Amino acid sequence: MISANLSAIFYLVSGVLFILALRGLSSPETSRQGNFFGILGMIIAVTVTFLSTGNFSTGFVYVLIFILVGGSLGAFIAYKIPMTAMPELVAGFHSLVGLAAVFVAISAFLNPEAFNLGSPGNIKLGSLIEMSIGAAVGAITFSGSIIAFLKLQGIMSGSPITFKGQHPLNAIILISIIVLIYLLCSTQSSNLFWILLGVSFLIGFLLIIPIGGADMPVVISMLNSYSGWAAAGIGFTLENTALIITGALVGSSGAILSYIMCKGMNRSFFNVILGGFGATDEASSVSSKEQRPVKSGNADDAAFLMKNASSVIIVPGYGMAVAQAQHALREMVDTLKKNDIKVSYAIHPVAGRMPGHMNVLLAEANVPYDEVFELEEINNDFANADVAFVIGANDVTNPVAKTDPQSPIYGMPVLDVEKCKSVLFVKRSLSPGYAGIDNDLFYKENTLMLFADAKKMTEDITKNL
Amino acid sequence: MEIDPLIFRLSIFILSIFVGYYVVWSVTPSLHTPLMSVTNAISSVIIVGAIIAGLSSNEDSVFNISSIFGFLAIALAAINIFGGFLVTQRMLAMYKKKKKDKK
Repeated sequence: MISANLSAIFYLVSGVLFILALRGLSSPETSRQGNFFGILGMIIAVTVTFLSTGNFSTGFVYVLIFILVGGSLGAFIAYKIPMTAMPELVAGFHSLVGLAAVFVAISAFLNPEAFNLGSPGNIKLGSLIEMSIGAAVGAITFSGSIIAFLKLQGIMSGSPITFKGQHPLNAIILISIIVLIYLLCSTQSSNLFWILLGVSFLIGFLLIIPIGGADMPVVISMLNSYSGWAAAGIGFTLENTALIITGALVGSSGAILSYIMCKGMNRSFFNVILGGFGATDEASSVSSKEQRPVKSGNADDAAFLMKNASSVIIVPGYGMAVAQAQHALREMVDTLKKNDIKVSYAIHPVAGRMPGHMNVLLAEANVPYDEVFELEEINNDFANADVAFVIGANDVTNPVAKTDPQSPIYGMPVLDVEKCKSVLFVKRSLSPGYAGIDNDLFYKENTLMLFADAKKMTEDITKNL
Repeated sequence: MEIDPLIFRLSIFILSIFVGYYVVWSVTPSLHTPLMSVTNAISSVIIVGAIIAGLSSNEDSVFNISSIFGFLAIALAAINIFGGFLVTQRMLAMYKKKKKDKK
């Protein structure tokens, strides 16, 4: 058994190690070291908790068993999961953090003596407030992440689910959560605690169902943030510095990522949260679809264009992940490089289904990260490039965002693909992207459409090079 | 007059938000996915609360309703800790600078 002061210092140390873990991610070279700091911080926190309770009885054995069971399951998942499924995995993990927060809150509510918070029915007011906020946010994180997971996994339709009176209903539920917390704190009634949990689960579900598939990067980041705030709430209850620091870090990290994602789509956070994007635009896009001439080609044409180019920029998008075309793409690029053609990759902030999704997929296919550039870094290079190869991206290349104030995506930062001498656009059909609008790029003089599956087309081009 | 310890915790919390703000802005966009998976892993430090809950029982009854929730939370958090750190490591190992075909 170690003193409370000593353990508080160790918790602080592990909090600092977690900060260093995030700091390490500022560059790929330091990132592995950062991850090691994170693991070290976790080991310290867990060891100190064991030492401070000083309870090495039968209960301790069970704790180890549950850690072992959960840990081996987690390790198994981590090794098996394909990189394309990373958004689902992260959403699933968020739900677990949320549920764990709820369980800890329940446990503390039922047995406050174990945490030095008072006795049942007479819990310290401050602790009760913190506990109920932690539990409510945890519950919202849990059910919200489950919906996000189902949508990403394709079990649930990615299109927004909206109904009349949705926003007033959500507002009423959110207000009732605050009222419930107030009543719970004044009466200490356990019934109110369970109702609070139930209502919080419900609102998490209702908040995410109206958000469409293309907005998933925002949703995942937002749930990341929530899971942090839930942990912080529990940290206040347990008076644990490591949890408070971590909760604040994770909370602000998720918030920043949501902000970056919203900016990448030029939409306000509230606009995304209120949802329904894509559903409303469908009608207009169908009616405005006049027949415009499109140039389409085959792998042979594409190979010819690229062989005669001196620089090629590749624009990957979610479609590449769906078609699992990243390895085929890398092979194509290898062939191009052998012919002394300069190749770089351009990644839009909201390409894919979560922040940085495309970068991970390219890294998996052994693409060196110093060939991969962000929008601001590479956008001026399109004008000097010979060929832009758009694979699985759509809305993020649409010049309409710069020219047509009527368009729903007007003002969104886009890649200036149309400035290239020629554009190769791999796509299965002319159908509009998630935003539900036609892409002007399809009809440009210098665009050659390659109608095929992304992976197959890339392989065919490689053969023809 | 004594300052409530809550104020100290609140100070730590607010300052950590600022630390988080600046640290996360310095994360390179290409590592945003590992950032999410690692934040996932570290937020599972909530396991310390779960462990206290699991050990709250006395000698003769290891399982009471409070400790059962604690044990469940331990398992959930452990999935996250191991899964989160390992998957992050797996991803980070793939970020290479020069072109070397190892696979």
